[in-house]
Amino acid sequence: MKIKLQIWRQKSPKDKGQFKTYTLEDVSPEMSFLEMLDALNEKLITTGEDEPVAFEHDCREGICGCCSLYINGRPHGPAEKTTTCELHMRSFKDGSTIVIEPFRAKSFPVMRDLIVDRNAFDKIMQAGGFINIDAGSALDANTHLIKKEYADEAFNSAICIGCGACVAACKNASAMLFVSAKVSQYALLEQGKVEGKERVESMVAKMDELGFGNCTNTYACEVECPKGISVENIARLNREFINAKLS
Amino acid sequence: MSNSFLSFSSVTKKITMAIAGLFLIVFLMVHLGINLFILPIHDEHKEWFAAAAHFMGTNWVVKIFEIVLMAAIVIHILMGILLQIHNWMARGTRYKVAPKSKTSFMSRYIIWTGAVILLFLAVHFYNFYFIKLGIVEAPAAANIPHPQEEYFYEIAVYLFTNEMIFNILYLVSFVFLGIHLNHGFQSAFQTLGLNHKKYTPFIKGFGKVYSIVIPLGYMIIPLYFMIFG
Ligand code: HEM
Ligand code: SF4
Ligand code: FES
Repeated sequence: MKIKLQIWRQKSPKDKGQFKTYTLEDVSPEMSFLEMLDALNEKLITTGEDEPVAFEHDCREGICGCCSLYINGRPHGPAEKTTTCELHMRSFKDGSTIVIEPFRAKSFPVMRDLIVDRNAFDKIMQAGGFINIDAGSALDANTHLIKKEYADEAFNSAICIGCGACVAACKNASAMLFVSAKVSQYALLEQGKVEGKERVESMVAKMDELGFGNCTNTYACEVECPKGISVENIARLNREFINAKLS
Repeated sequence: MSNSFLSFSSVTKKITMAIAGLFLIVFLMVHLGINLFILPIHDEHKEWFAAAAHFMGTNWVVKIFEIVLMAAIVIHILMGILLQIHNWMARGTRYKVAPKSKTSFMSRYIIWTGAVILLFLAVHFYNFYFIKLGIVEAPAAANIPHPQEEYFYEIAVYLFTNEMIFNILYLVSFVFLGIHLNHGFQSAFQTLGLNHKKYTPFIKGFGKVYSIVIPLGYMIIPLYFMIFG
């Protein structure tokens, strides 16, 4: 495959940045998207054409939440429920142009090229995404009886990898899907209920303080989330929030 | 200003908007119920309309609701605009490629459908509510003695038959109201956390029906006068 790439290049947080165009021949459809970028970087380094493109990755198996990228107008690219690291070049046509941008949000400043600072998510977690009770060492199974339904739902919320695609996709750059997944994973379990009220209030307050937008229920987040986190979590967050305010 | 609405959290703002929006949704049904008596649906439709207008103008329970209604309109619009400004700022740098995520355009353009409704409300207040309050004069051309029970009937018929621009704005506005509510109806329930595996599909379905039927009901009235007037 032959691919034309338009990539956002920005030297530092202060740099104005611009798009640059590169072409890459011999791209295999079996390559992952990040392998394709590795190949590009190898080419840029060996030919001296440009400095290598900085992008984030770690696990390359869809579990760490490091990879990002806004590819042709969609966070994590065109494949459904797939992180950029698990996206393959077979999702693109031979000879096509791929535009790669960093995730854009005021709360996610660009550090370099395609790398954005997603510390804001950690700050939200520090505001309430934890439990204070001593959970001790691993307990025997079935010491805490939890309804299967709740256990499943809590698990489905907990699989959020904190990648930030929801923020990148949202027209309001709202972090509600992420925050609601985190609130839900605790709200559904007994251990998490203890600090339930403080948690939802302080996580929402932190989210606002960090400059994320307000949710208008457009649901782009759910469409783009690589882990399929449901907007039902947002309704649950709203419910928890009302509950906390009223009691 | 620490207690002002400017410092409300994002979720509190949305919840206030949703409650106000739902109140407006209920009000729209009551208002339509009365408006339909402008049409010759019964021999005494004029008298019934006048009686309803009289009741709405004098009953003290209604008077209280009138204050709640005005508050709901102001709160909904104010919060909506505040929210939107904040949301535009939250993106920072815009994307080169416009978002390709599959979402409903009804929700993407909510602020613009809201803006059209706002324009309509301004005209509507000028033509009816402000005259009722005595802030503005009725159009002299309409030649309607004021005050009298049939007053609102006469002015409505006058506008619908003589003011083409009013009719067009009216029709367009209700199309936009339909689009606003097509998203807004279910959105309000989601915002209030009222989400349920069994009932949410029903709420969404009902919202779609409401957002078509109610605006259509309003639109029948000018259409009637444009065709038969
Ligand atoms: C009769 C008039 C109106 C009715 C019945 C109505 C109803 C609604 C409802 C039910 C919602 C969803 C609330 C939520 O999820 O929190 C909504 C949202 C919204 N409305 Fe209105 N509205 C009206 C007029 C307006 C006007 C005049 C504006 C602005 C100028 C406006 C701007 C907005 C905005 C920005 C949203 C938030 C976006 C969202 O939740 O998706 N609306 N409206
Ligand atoms: S909710 Fe989905 S898109 Fe948002 S951070 Fe979690 S995994 Fe990523
Ligand atoms: S690199 Fe870990 S999720 Fe993509």
